[in-house]
Amino acid sequence: MKFNGYQTDGFWDEMFLPPNAEVPKVQARPSARVLVERIEALMQGELLRRQAAAERALLQMGITFTVYGDDQGTEKIFPFDVIPRIIDYNEWSQVEKGLKQRIFALNMFLDDIYHDQKILKDGVIPEHVIYSGQTFRKQCIGLNPPKGIWCNITGIDLVRSDDGQIYVLEDNMRVPSGVSYVLENREVMKRTFPHVFDATPILPVDKYPSMLLETLKNLSPNAVNEPKVVVLTPGIYNSAYFEHSFLAQQMGVELVEGRDLVVADGFLFMRTTKGFERVDVIYRRLDDDFLDPKAFREDSLLGVPGIFDVYRAGRVALANAPGNGIADDKVVYGYVPQIIKYYLGEDPIIPNVPTFMCWNDDERSHVLNNLDKLVVKAANESGGYGMLIGPHSSQEQRDKFAELIKANPRNYIAQPTLSLSRVPTLVDGHFEGRHVDLRPYVLYGEDIWVLPGGLTRVALKKGSLVVNSSQGGGSKDTWVLAPPIGSAKTSSV
Amino acid sequence: MLSRVAESIYWMSRYIERADNVARFIDVNLHMILDMVVGPETQWMPLVSTTGDTKEFIERYGEGTKESVIRFLTFDSTYSNSILSCVKRARENARSVREVISSEMWEQINSFYLMVTDAARNMAQAFDSPRDFYAEIRKASQLFAGVTDSTMSRGEGWHFYRFGTMLERADKTSRILDVKYFILLPSVSHIGTPYDDIQWSAVLKSIGGFEMYRKQYGLISPHDVVKFLVLDRHFPRAIQYCVSRAEESLYTISGSERGTFRSSAEQKMGQLRAELAYTPIEDIISSGLHEFIDGLQTKLNHIGESVHDTFFAMRPYNTAGFGQRQFQSQ
Repeated sequence: MKFNGYQTDGFWDEMFLPPNAEVPKVQARPSARVLVERIEALMQGELLRRQAAAERALLQMGITFTVYGDDQGTEKIFPFDVIPRIIDYNEWSQVEKGLKQRIFALNMFLDDIYHDQKILKDGVIPEHVIYSGQTFRKQCIGLNPPKGIWCNITGIDLVRSDDGQIYVLEDNMRVPSGVSYVLENREVMKRTFPHVFDATPILPVDKYPSMLLETLKNLSPNAVNEPKVVVLTPGIYNSAYFEHSFLAQQMGVELVEGRDLVVADGFLFMRTTKGFERVDVIYRRLDDDFLDPKAFREDSLLGVPGIFDVYRAGRVALANAPGNGIADDKVVYGYVPQIIKYYLGEDPIIPNVPTFMCWNDDERSHVLNNLDKLVVKAANESGGYGMLIGPHSSQEQRDKFAELIKANPRNYIAQPTLSLSRVPTLVDGHFEGRHVDLRPYVLYGEDIWVLPGGLTRVALKKGSLVVNSSQGGGSKDTWVLAPPIGSAKTSSV
Repeated sequence: MLSRVAESIYWMSRYIERADNVARFIDVNLHMILDMVVGPETQWMPLVSTTGDTKEFIERYGEGTKESVIRFLTFDSTYSNSILSCVKRARENARSVREVISSEMWEQINSFYLMVTDAARNMAQAFDSPRDFYAEIRKASQLFAGVTDSTMSRGEGWHFYRFGTMLERADKTSRILDVKYFILLPSVSHIGTPYDDIQWSAVLKSIGGFEMYRKQYGLISPHDVVKFLVLDRHFPRAIQYCVSRAEESLYTISGSERGTFRSSAEQKMGQLRAELAYTPIEDIISSGLHEFIDGLQTKLNHIGESVHDTFFAMRPYNTAGFGQRQFQSQ
């Protein structure tokens, strides 16, 4: 199958360089040359056959999510495109450094916010921004999470704009999902393109479950030889249930639901066929709100009554720490460059997207006057909800958002509309560019570790900028090419 | 092992075994009807009777025709013991314990489910060649058993798997015997005729035991077939075999000494096993096979309930449960 006629259309393309004065047509970037050659060498129809085989494999493996509101219990696979996104090693090393820097600083920020609040006292962030945040938990003031780590498992959304610059778009500090797709996509790609893997040095991703387990064990507050680690899920009807069971399975630990756990005598136990067994570390895939009806939302049936007290007494570890959501509030996001500067004395390695704060009168009037050019986001929504994409919106939608912003300015921010970079994607039997983002996953254990690559989400609708799976998005495998090893080898001969 | 997980494994196993056996019921009936001289249409309702769900069937379908019975037992998603419902529930249970079972087990259950839901959408095909279709169902459940056998560690989870499978199978073998009992009723005059032979052979074939029986007993006789299906110690679908294996697993799980009991589940299990081990076949037949089977099914149900109370039920912390000693040693 050929890339003949493929156009970059003026966008930054992750795989192809645009035509220029010397070369009048698109040409593969150096990092993508081998892949492009291999794809072009495939027999007619072969790529489509492999795409279909990959989809079938995902269905057979049961890697599906349940479509809410469909009483047939329809399950769909998360759409998957076989053309990977490739990142060369030098660029990746910079990204990796930037992510470590960001997470290290955000962790210091969280510890400060729930203790001395120096950053507020020094006037770097206005107090009211923190106290009005929906995810700020006063229950967590004075809390000391194990090893002082608040954000053990995080995912940071990155985008690349027209200028080739990579920006941080959002931080996901609470319960970021998607890492299971990274591992499964890679598995499917190895089945689909074994020869390309032979010819291309791609950094492996399969270390993630072991690293996650190590990260979790590192948190055990109890002096036991083999800490009991469990994954806490809301249950099989949760849309990310596949991921919860996948991670538990890959780590070889128990997957528990709230009803499996009970607090007694100041400790946390799970109900087993042999009685009650103590639990030391919980990777919880449940929002703060639902964790403990005694400490947070009273009507939660998913959590464990009293677990927060056990946690506060240092007898069980929770990852991530409750209260850490304040660090991914979209208004706080706007201050992350200052946060990095304040705690580390460094400039951010990966820049933020410029952000207008609607609580600020001047910035708000700028936003209201430019709604047709900006992207407006609610401070605590995720999944692509609560968002206005100005250039793609109707007058009616803009009017609605103008009202929302005026009614609750603290809850909204706005950013210029970025034209996200694109990757060739199979559409109706040929290649078309589709916009992508990238969510790398970061583990904070003894050290900070970044999974090479991450989840590339792709907006499958033509021209769409929304990559969320709930809104017609799909995913691609992400290849970080290994550093060249040639030089070291030749010199040793 | 988590109580909830143990329970899911137990039900996953039971539902898969149930689907397999429902396919076998229908198959044995299809087989017998081929050799019937008269009135094949009257021979479908007995199949429903063996499930114990006659009332539900009549409410929904009225008359017991071949098509309505097959539809009810195979594809009716609102009937909880249809093959479709069983496989669906087996898969739901498997899905909630995916981290405990092997990926290959999950993938097999998932393919099984996709196969059955696919067939439900193209029912005409299944009706066209029912025997092929039911052979597919059996194959899928056998594949699951094989994958489980070769990929699951013989730990607590596996013993709950085997316990569930064996308990279900003992119950279903008794029901397959019952199919023969019901089907005989309208044609008592056939006893001892070639038809009778054919029917007993069909029962044996439907559970894959024809050859094993032949080797052991030679000629087909009702007495020997019943003895084989109820009391054989070595044939894996015989009731006595199933009950013994279930008992082994139960004792491995609890760690109790055989011959003693610490829970009502163990007590009832032991009683039933002893009964099967020491009752001569003549007693069973003379006191009525159907009555014996009825009693057996009730006992199996009670064992199931006791196992639920002992291992799965949600107990408040610190009440005397089965594993109290274990907890106190912590």
